[in-house]
Amino acid sequence: MSKTKIVGQSVHRKDAARKVTGRILHVGNIEMPGLLQVAVLRSPYPHARIIGIQKSRAEAMEGVVLVLTGAEIAAMPDVDPYFGPAFKDQPILAIDRVLHVGDPVVAVVAVDRRRAEDALELIEVDYEPLPVVLDVLEAAKSGSPLVHQEFKPAGVFADLDHMEAGEKSNVCYHFKLRTGDVEAAFREADRIFEDTFTSPPAQHMPMEPHVTLVYLDEDEKVNVWTATQSPSFVRTQLSTTLGLPMNRIRVRVPYLGGGYGAKLYGKLEPLVALLALETRRPVRYALSREEEFQTITKHGAVARLKTAVKDGVITGRRCEVFFDTGAYADIGPRIVHKSGYTSAGPYRIPNVRIDSFCVYTNKPPAGAFRGFGVPQVIWAYESQMDIISRELDIDPVQFRMHHALEEGEPFATGTPVHSFGLKESLEQAAEAIEWSGPRPQNNATKVRGKGIASGVKAVLTPSISGAVVMMNSDGSVNVLSSTVEMGQGSDTVLAQIAAEELGVCFDQVHLVQPDTDVTPYDTITAGSRSTYHMGNAVRMASMKIKAQLFGVAARALEANLEDLVARDGRIFVSGSQESGMSMRDVFLAKFGSLGTTIIGEAIFEPRAIPTDPETGRSEKCTEYWFPSASAAEVEVDLETGQVKVVKFLSVGDTGTAINPRHCHQQLLGAAITQLGMTLFEEMVFEEGQLLNGSLLDYQIPSVKDLPEHFESILVEVPHETGPFGAKGVGETGTLTVSPAIANAIEDATGVRIRDLPITPEKILRGLAEKDPKPGRAEVPQ
Amino acid sequence: MKQEVLLRVNGRDEKLFLEDADTLLEALRDHLQLWSVREGCGVGACGTCTVLLDGRPVSACFILASRVKGREITTVEGLGKEGALHPVQEAFIEQRALQCGYCTPGFVLTVKALLEENPSPTRAAAAEYLEGNLCRCGCYPDILRAVEAAKEAKD
Ligand code: FES
Ligand code: FES
Repeated sequence: MSKTKIVGQSVHRKDAARKVTGRILHVGNIEMPGLLQVAVLRSPYPHARIIGIQKSRAEAMEGVVLVLTGAEIAAMPDVDPYFGPAFKDQPILAIDRVLHVGDPVVAVVAVDRRRAEDALELIEVDYEPLPVVLDVLEAAKSGSPLVHQEFKPAGVFADLDHMEAGEKSNVCYHFKLRTGDVEAAFREADRIFEDTFTSPPAQHMPMEPHVTLVYLDEDEKVNVWTATQSPSFVRTQLSTTLGLPMNRIRVRVPYLGGGYGAKLYGKLEPLVALLALETRRPVRYALSREEEFQTITKHGAVARLKTAVKDGVITGRRCEVFFDTGAYADIGPRIVHKSGYTSAGPYRIPNVRIDSFCVYTNKPPAGAFRGFGVPQVIWAYESQMDIISRELDIDPVQFRMHHALEEGEPFATGTPVHSFGLKESLEQAAEAIEWSGPRPQNNATKVRGKGIASGVKAVLTPSISGAVVMMNSDGSVNVLSSTVEMGQGSDTVLAQIAAEELGVCFDQVHLVQPDTDVTPYDTITAGSRSTYHMGNAVRMASMKIKAQLFGVAARALEANLEDLVARDGRIFVSGSQESGMSMRDVFLAKFGSLGTTIIGEAIFEPRAIPTDPETGRSEKCTEYWFPSASAAEVEVDLETGQVKVVKFLSVGDTGTAINPRHCHQQLLGAAITQLGMTLFEEMVFEEGQLLNGSLLDYQIPSVKDLPEHFESILVEVPHETGPFGAKGVGETGTLTVSPAIANAIEDATGVRIRDLPITPEKILRGLAEKDPKPGRAEVPQ
Repeated sequence: MKQEVLLRVNGRDEKLFLEDADTLLEALRDHLQLWSVREGCGVGACGTCTVLLDGRPVSACFILASRVKGREITTVEGLGKEGALHPVQEAFIEQRALQCGYCTPGFVLTVKALLEENPSPTRAAAAEYLEGNLCRCGCYPDILRAVEAAKEAKD
C-alpha cells in the first residue's frame, strides 16, 4: 500500500475550538418560540397494576398544557403504544401495569419545567402491588413471577431476525453454542474448575442526560432533534409508533455530551413526538440525572464457568451466562447473542458448550454499554484463567499464550479469525508491566501484585453504513453521514479518510451532521463499528468522485487514468505535480462553470452467516475482531482493604490507526470508566428500589482515581478490508480491565474476588477468611 | 413571584426577572442563553455547571441566582479577548483534553481558577483541585497535561 498522507496522522479534532468555547450545539441549546417542557410521573413500585389515575387537578393548573396517560395513548388510532429494538415490549407510558420503579406513568407538558414538575404533585395514581422478581437467577427459573405474559419480536434488524415470540417465561432469548463434546472432556479431565462470577448493574452516566425536542413544521412534518446514537433507527421507530411514512419524520442529531451505549434506539423520542403532535407546539424533554438512572442501565450478569483441564491444557469449557435485562429487553438479546458466542474466550478449546440467557426482571431496563456485554464475560473467563494457571502452577501469561488463537484458526463458533493481534497484545502488556521482572516490594501493611488479562470482542455483523460525499468546484468537500459525533472523534477520522482518498487537505472536508432527510441510513453509532463501516462507505463514495475527476483530467492532460494521482488539491501525472490541474480546473473542464458539485455515494454492508440456532456455529459470525490486553500493578492496604492501582497498561489491536493519538485516548478513556466499574460502581437495589440513584450517592471515577502510571499501547495488525487497514477501538479499552485488577489483587494478597465491584469490604472479608486470626476485627458482612 | 435581579455576568450588568427558586444555572441558561453552563447532575456533584464567582469555581446548579447579585460571574463565553482563545483553552486544544466536550467549559474555568490561585501546582495539587469536575469520557490524563501546558504558557 502506498504511503498515506493524512491517514495515520494525529490531526486535531475538528470540533475542538467549538468545544473549549462551549459553542458546540447540543439539543439542550436549541431555542424555539413557544417551546414547552415535560415532566413525567414515575412508578414507585417495582411491579403493580394501575387501578386508576386522577389527573384533573393537574390539568387545571395554570401553565399546564397537556396531561397524558398510557391508556390514552393506547386508545389513539394509528399509534402503536409499544416500542423496542428487539421486542415490542415497552409502552410509551405504562398502560395497565408498571414493571419497575421509575417506569413512566403520566406525562405533563407545561410552559416551563418547574410548572410541569409542580403539576406532578397533583396527580393521583392508585396501584395494586403485584409479585416481584428481582434476582436474575430466580427470574430465569420456571414458575417465577412473570414480568411479561408474552413477547413479540420487533422485526427491525437483520441480525435479530431469529428472535422468536414467546410466553410464560422471563427468558426472552437463549443463545446456544455447541462445539465438540464437552461432557466427554469433563469425563476425561484430570482437573475440573467451577466458578461463578458476577457483575452488578451500573450506569453509563453520559454527562449530558437524554434530551429530545420535537416540533411540527409548517408542512406538519415531525421534526425531531434528539441526543441519540441511532438517528436512522429512531426514524424507523417513530414511523411505526406514529403510523407515518418515513419521509414525514426528520431526525437530526447535533453533538452528544457522551453516549457510551445509553443513547441507542428509541428512548424519549416516541413520547415527545406524541406530546408535540397532541399539543401542536414544540416540546422538549430533558431527563434529570435521577431519571437517567431509571431509564437505561448496564446489564448485571452472572456467569458460571466449568472448565476441564488435561495435562495442563484446557480441553473443554461450559459457560452459563445470565444477563439481567430489567423490565424491558431493549437491545439485551443482541448483547446476549454477540457476547454469548465469545464467552469461552479467544482460546483454542476443542469442546465448548455455551448457554447465554436474556432475562426479564423488575428492574430498570438494561441496554448497550461500551463493550456490549463482553466485559461481563471476560471478567469471568479471564479471572478463571488465572485461577487455573495458579492452581496448576503455570505462568498465567504463558498459559494464555499457549491457548491463544492464531491467524486463521477457528473461533468457538467455527469462524476462522483474521487480523487477530491477541498474542501481540498480551506480549506487549506483559513487557510493559515487566512481567518477568522482580516482584514489587511490599511493606508491613501494604502489599503489591501484578495482573494481566486478555480478551476479544467481535464487531456487530451484519450492519449497514451509507455515505454521500459531495465535492464542490473549489475542492472543498461535504461528507453526509449518519454517524453521530459523541466525543469519539468520528468527524475527524471520517474527514481524514475522505481527504486521503480525494487528495484534498483535511481542513477542506466538512462533516454534515446526522439528518435523516439528508444523510443516508446507518445502523448505529456504537460497537466500535464506525471507523470501519462508515469509514469504508466514505472511502468508497470518495473513490467514485475521484473516478469522475480522473476521467476529466485524463482527457485534459492527455494522460492515462492509471498514471494519475490526487494530492494537495491537485490532480497530476505521477511524478509531475506542477503540470497537473487544480480541482477548480477539473470542474471548469467538466462543467464550464463554478459552484458545481460532483457526488459519490456508497453503501457498505458486510454480511455474516447467521449462527445456527442449535449449535451457534457460523463460518462467518463477524466482520472483524478486536483483541485487548490489560496489565496492572496494584497496592492493597491490608488494614483498610483499599486498592490503589499503581500502574495500568491498556493494549488494543486497532488495525491501522487512522489517528493514533485519538486511538490512545479511546483506550485510556474506556479503561478509566471500567476502573470505576471494577472498584466501586454499582447500582444498589433493595426490594426493587434503587438506593444510590443520584450522583451524590453513585460515584464515578474522578481525576484522583487515575493510576500513577497509566499508558496505552496500540498493536496495529492491519485488517485487509478495513479502510486503510483500520478496525474499531471505542470499546477495546473496557474489555480486560476488571480481571487484570482482580488478578493483580490475588497476586498481592492471595484473595480471589469473584463479584464486582472489588470493594475494600470484600477484600477484608477475603483476608479474614484466608487467614482467620484471633482478635482480628469483625468484618461486616 | 418574579423579581428583578441584577447580575454581573462576563463583565456586563444584566437585569433579569427571576423567581425566588431560580438557580444561577437557570438564570444563565434560560435567561442569558449562556449554553456553556450545563446541567449534569443538578446536585452540585459533577461540575459541568461550573462558573467562576469572583474568580472561584462554584456549581451554578446549587446556588440561587438572587444570592449572587452584584458579584462577578464568569462563564467561558467571557474568556479570551477579542475573539482569541484564553491560554487555558489553547492548552485544552493542544493537549486534546476533551472528547464529547460536555464537561470542558467547567474544566477550563476550574483550571483557570487553579492557576490563578497557584501558578505552578504539582500534579497532586491539580488533581485535588479538579476532583469535583467529572469527565465520563475519561480525558483526565489529557486534562492534567493541559494544566501543565497552561502553566508553562503562563511562566
Ligand atoms: S450540574 Fe451542577 S454540579 Fe452537576
Ligand atoms: S469530554 Fe466527555 S465528559 Fe468530558
